Amino acid sequence: MSFAEFRDHERDLRRFHARLAVAGGIVFVAFGILLARFVWLQLLHHEYYQTKAEDNRISVVPIQPNRGLILDRNGVVLARNFSAYTLEINPSKVADLDATIAALSEVVEIEARERNRFRKLRTELRGADSLPIKTRLTDEEVARFAANAYRFPGVEIKARLFRHYPFAELASHALGYMGRINDRDVEQIVEDGQKANYKGTDHIGKLGIEQNYEYELHGITGSAQVEIDANGKGIRTLSSVAPIAGNNLVLNIDAKLQEIAEQAFGNFRGALVAIEPATGGVLAFVSKPGFDPNVFVDGIDPQSWAELNNSPDRPLNNRALTGTYPPGSTFKPFMAIMGLELGKRSPEFSIADPGYFQLPGHSHRYRDWKVGGHGMVNLHKSIVVSCDTYYYGLAVDTDIDVLHNFLSQFGFGQPTGIDVQGEKSGLLPSREWKRKRFKRPEDQKWYTGDSVSVGIGQGYNLATPLQLAYATAILANNGVAFRPHIVKHIVDTQTGKQRAVEPQPVRQIPLHPKWVALVKSAMEDVTKPGGTASRAGAGAAYGFAGKTGTAQVIAIKQNEKYDEKRVAERFRDHALFIAFAPADAPKIAVGILVENGGHGSTVAAPIARTAFDYYLLGKLPDTPAVAPAAAAAGDE
Amino acid sequence: MFARLLQRFTGNIDSALMFIATMLLALGLFTLYSAANEEISRLVAQGINIAVALTCMWIAAQIPPQTLMRFALPIYLAGVALLVAVDLFGEIVNGSQRWLHIGVTRFQPSEIMKIAMPLMLAWYFDRREGSVRVRDFIIATALLAIPAGLIMKQPDLGTSMLVLAAGFYVIFLAGLPWKIILGMLVAIGAATPVFWSMLHDYQQQRILTLIDPTTDPLGAGYHIIQSTIAVGSGGVQGKGWLEGTQTHLEFIPERTTDFIFAVYSEEFGLIGNGILLLLYLALIGRGLMVSAGAANFFGRLLAGAISLSFFTYVFVNMGMVSGILPVVGVPLPLISYGGTALVTLFVGIGILMSINKHRKLVQT
Repeated sequence: MSFAEFRDHERDLRRFHARLAVAGGIVFVAFGILLARFVWLQLLHHEYYQTKAEDNRISVVPIQPNRGLILDRNGVVLARNFSAYTLEINPSKVADLDATIAALSEVVEIEARERNRFRKLRTELRGADSLPIKTRLTDEEVARFAANAYRFPGVEIKARLFRHYPFAELASHALGYMGRINDRDVEQIVEDGQKANYKGTDHIGKLGIEQNYEYELHGITGSAQVEIDANGKGIRTLSSVAPIAGNNLVLNIDAKLQEIAEQAFGNFRGALVAIEPATGGVLAFVSKPGFDPNVFVDGIDPQSWAELNNSPDRPLNNRALTGTYPPGSTFKPFMAIMGLELGKRSPEFSIADPGYFQLPGHSHRYRDWKVGGHGMVNLHKSIVVSCDTYYYGLAVDTDIDVLHNFLSQFGFGQPTGIDVQGEKSGLLPSREWKRKRFKRPEDQKWYTGDSVSVGIGQGYNLATPLQLAYATAILANNGVAFRPHIVKHIVDTQTGKQRAVEPQPVRQIPLHPKWVALVKSAMEDVTKPGGTASRAGAGAAYGFAGKTGTAQVIAIKQNEKYDEKRVAERFRDHALFIAFAPADAPKIAVGILVENGGHGSTVAAPIARTAFDYYLLGKLPDTPAVAPAAAAAGDE
Repeated sequence: MFARLLQRFTGNIDSALMFIATMLLALGLFTLYSAANEEISRLVAQGINIAVALTCMWIAAQIPPQTLMRFALPIYLAGVALLVAVDLFGEIVNGSQRWLHIGVTRFQPSEIMKIAMPLMLAWYFDRREGSVRVRDFIIATALLAIPAGLIMKQPDLGTSMLVLAAGFYVIFLAGLPWKIILGMLVAIGAATPVFWSMLHDYQQQRILTLIDPTTDPLGAGYHIIQSTIAVGSGGVQGKGWLEGTQTHLEFIPERTTDFIFAVYSEEFGLIGNGILLLLYLALIGRGLMVSAGAANFFGRLLAGAISLSFFTYVFVNMGMVSGILPVVGVPLPLISYGGTALVTLFVGIGILMSINKHRKLVQT
């Protein structure tokens, strides 16, 4: 090796070492960066990542509380819970839903109804992570699926609590039903500040008592802190808070009375509300036909839904609460007490009834239902024979706004405030109402002619069967009004303590006892020989006060006579009846409507008699009371 | 007699490198036991891997650098040929074509390139020693680009990057002029915005997710988010061996292989990380010392490149797990589970030992 070569070599080596030093420096700097990062993560932000790791690890699983029971006033269970296995699919974890369902149906039988219901639930509940394809599996089905479960990722058997209504249709319109929580329910839950409490809940009260007392029945959701792995599988429970069961509801409804009343309707459609006048407690709440709320519990399949929804009998229609009908002659006792209280009529004042009423200067005749009239009629007789002419005159003699203000006190034209949602207000006309109701100025004016038919509960008047029962209960209770309520008291399942729903009256109408007594005695005579409901009242062992009514379904021309036999069943008049008993110390007041039942006396009044006989005397009807379809005319 | 036999057997083994490697292997086995949910079978498998790898190291340590030089070109050419074969007949696993079947087993030819690449370039520059020109750097770059491109095509970003880095280290140590390095940096800086604007929206989005994983927490970002949580939640002292919740509840994906550092870091904390960094620093430092003292240009370049490759592994892997570098498939040297990487690494260590052993023999 020459010197020059050696020198070159030395220079190259120095250069190489310099490069190596640069590389070593880069290694140091890079490791420094890593160390800085570790310090940042593990020292400076340790707590943040610690929390993140805990959040990863621990999942809070809600534990659903037992829903409160619903019992009748005697402790008969009307709604209870049962535990059942359901086969549920998590759509987000299943790639091909149709293929999975097809494969599932080879293991567990899945009916077309169930497939349709699943499809419907899927469109309605997009956010849900688990939807039932089949509910109430038998033990054998559970075992068969369990053996094949490995083939179905995203499909699980779950034990769930279901609502069950042991009496099916009985009181269905009062109880309502449970259904799956949908988007609208979620909005309501959030608005009510109940979101946290509903984390583990997927069913909610949709109608009736179930809906109105949802938060009493629901209970308080418990929780378990569960350690989970990355797949969300629970490893072990770290701690848990037990759920608190919902409160039980004891109803005012008497299940036996309810059953007898429902049967008394036979095949007729209609509604009956029975109220205890001294408390406002609803003893029976009938809307016929009813429906079986059990079909809604698992999510109703589209076919059953269509059957219920499209039936001409409208079984889902709550007639007691939302059906508004002209009150007809059942309006007369309230008109009568108004006339007496306002001094428009005295007990002695009599009219000579020619069978029609004419306004001065007009030729139009407002007909009485009885051709030729009732002769000399005073207030007592006007109720007993249901004289129209008497009340045409009284209505004309009373300013419509005065009439409106007085009769509103009996609850007409406004919601009663019953503890079931969706109530209709009915209609009690006034000048203000007419001005708002119509557009053309000449229609907005109140004419004397408008007042005439108001007197007999026709014209603009509309009332729900519930309102009729409420007004009757107020009258029976001498003007002291209690809000109608189905729930009697709420029982705390933890402490057993009872909370009464309605201890205080909402209103006290100042009525003179003698005028009340006069109207009541006239109503009592309605069910006696000579009265319009004498047949229904025959042999009653208690004071049976009532008033019949008829509401027209089709208008009758001026010179035409309504012939029940000639009109199709659906166009026949609605039969109405209000009653209370015993007359001297009323324990029960009813409002009854029978759709297309014809006269109140023949169809509606016997239903009241059957209900009263059971409620007051414990007497069961001999035969299922099926009212005759077409009765002989004559009464009313 | 026995002592001489032992001397002959261990003569080429560098005790410093061996000590550091043993420490790292031990830490690796402890961590693997935890990461594999205390399954002994995984430890046994890794034990076999280690035995094979140590044997390879011993063999590599016995081969004098002169012999290595002779084989540099053939190994390189064979490696490139195998990469082409992979491209044509390779088996596709998880969407990547990396594996080649030979008889009973399969292996990744790209792995050979991690050694073959620096070997080839060191041989090339050694031949040109004293008269290295710009032309040589261009040739070297071409020699580097061919296998790197083939590996990138598989696609295997991690290995391709390691091969590129190993080759680049040789070129750098061979004296790549600073002007060119500076020019390259400027050119890359200037080209990036142009290149970026040429990409489709979805391609840009994918790169952005790579940079900021929180934009895709359940997809591409999941690995990084979970491993960062594991590291951060470990704190200063760590949660303790076998106590890592992120590990044992399976929140860390690929926790025995590329993400094993998350397991280590969660259970041994900042202190453990410091110890690990020191061990790697010692390994790299020892390698650089071997390089500095090597007998010839070839040995210097090869030892330097191999040592700096170790650094690349460590930095990319730890950077990825702790969330400052994008996710690329690079194992943590001597800790991650897997035979192939272990064999490659120990062959590298064996070469270092050989170069170290022969430093005086050539010097006159």
